[in-house]
Amino acid sequence: MIDPGKAVKESSESSPAGPSGKKVLTAIVFGLAFGFLLQKGGVAKYNVLIGQLLLQDFTVVKIMVSAIIVGMVGIFTLNHFAKVNLHIKPTRIGAQSIGGLLFGAGFALLAYCPGTGAAALGQGSWDVLFGMAGLIAGSYLFAEMSGWLKKTVETWGEKGKLTLPDILHIPRLPFAYAAAVLLAVGLFFLQRAFPR
Amino acid sequence: MRRLLIVALLGLPTLANAADFGVDATNYDGPAWSPYLVGGAIGVLSWLTFYFADKTIGASSFYATLAGFFGKAVAPKHTESLPYFKDNPPAFDWGFIFVISTILGGFIAAWTGGEIRNEWLHPMWVDRFGENSMLLRGIVGFAGGALMAFGARLAGGCTSGHGISGTLQLNAGSWLTVIAMFIGGIATAMLLYTAL
Repeated sequence: MIDPGKAVKESSESSPAGPSGKKVLTAIVFGLAFGFLLQKGGVAKYNVLIGQLLLQDFTVVKIMVSAIIVGMVGIFTLNHFAKVNLHIKPTRIGAQSIGGLLFGAGFALLAYCPGTGAAALGQGSWDVLFGMAGLIAGSYLFAEMSGWLKKTVETWGEKGKLTLPDILHIPRLPFAYAAAVLLAVGLFFLQRAFPR
Repeated sequence: MRRLLIVALLGLPTLANAADFGVDATNYDGPAWSPYLVGGAIGVLSWLTFYFADKTIGASSFYATLAGFFGKAVAPKHTESLPYFKDNPPAFDWGFIFVISTILGGFIAAWTGGEIRNEWLHPMWVDRFGENSMLLRGIVGFAGGALMAFGARLAGGCTSGHGISGTLQLNAGSWLTVIAMFIGGIATAMLLYTAL
């Protein structure tokens, strides 16, 4: 599959010395915007996040799907005209099914996820600090086991970099536009069924 | 009638009803801004991070970086020998600055909206687990954080990295991960808030 975005830049890796001044500025500005939007969207709030998992409050899904629709249309259009690179992570069926389930269970216990938890800390929800200690400990535990996991779980159903249009052999741009329309229709009915 | 039909079509009636006899998450403060506005803006933010920084929005690797820093301070040789930290040496990189800024962004949003919480236990937690439940909150929150970090590292991302950035690129593994996250999260939250 030809990836026109590949022609944009030589490499996306930052130099060993760390990001340059301009890049640091983008990290600060975009990070501020992300935290600001998460808090204004209500997803730094304990009850909104748990409410989603209890299927009582659909704010989280509404935000995620809206972001996916807008992001997808823009990113695939920009990529088509070779303005941005795609950043596709490898698909690993075993590791991602198990990892996703574990993550979900942990999310329900803490009530904040890694990104919304950062916004929750800024909002003064101090209980997230217990979770942040856990996030650091869990990351180290993973690193401790990473040699073994690499040879076992991470090899189960290893599919490499794979997108949904690749699986269905449909060109990426039309697929993205069609998926955006379908998701928007889904959101319309979701709003009808769950006003909040 | 039409609403009932829609709910039935979504396949959620039994789950939604099961949640009815427990706590009601919508009794507490909801979002300040429309989820569609916030979600759309996060979608636009993803264009900007791709275009200006050649980066995706993500949060969980921040905690792995912190784990690496702590590990290097306590046991430098052992930490540097771990395969995960060999592949991802901890550094004050773009993602690290992004999440630090997310905390600050959450603060600015809460401050300007009069939503600074300054609390250790959310009222919904107190309604479910009682006033004197700080130790329980600490244990549950820590365990939740640890599970999330382990799951996110195994899956290769969290609700931001897979849930927004990966899904909007139509990455097959990201859709798998986010579905697994919601299954694990819904099952655990239902157990924790309605069954036990």
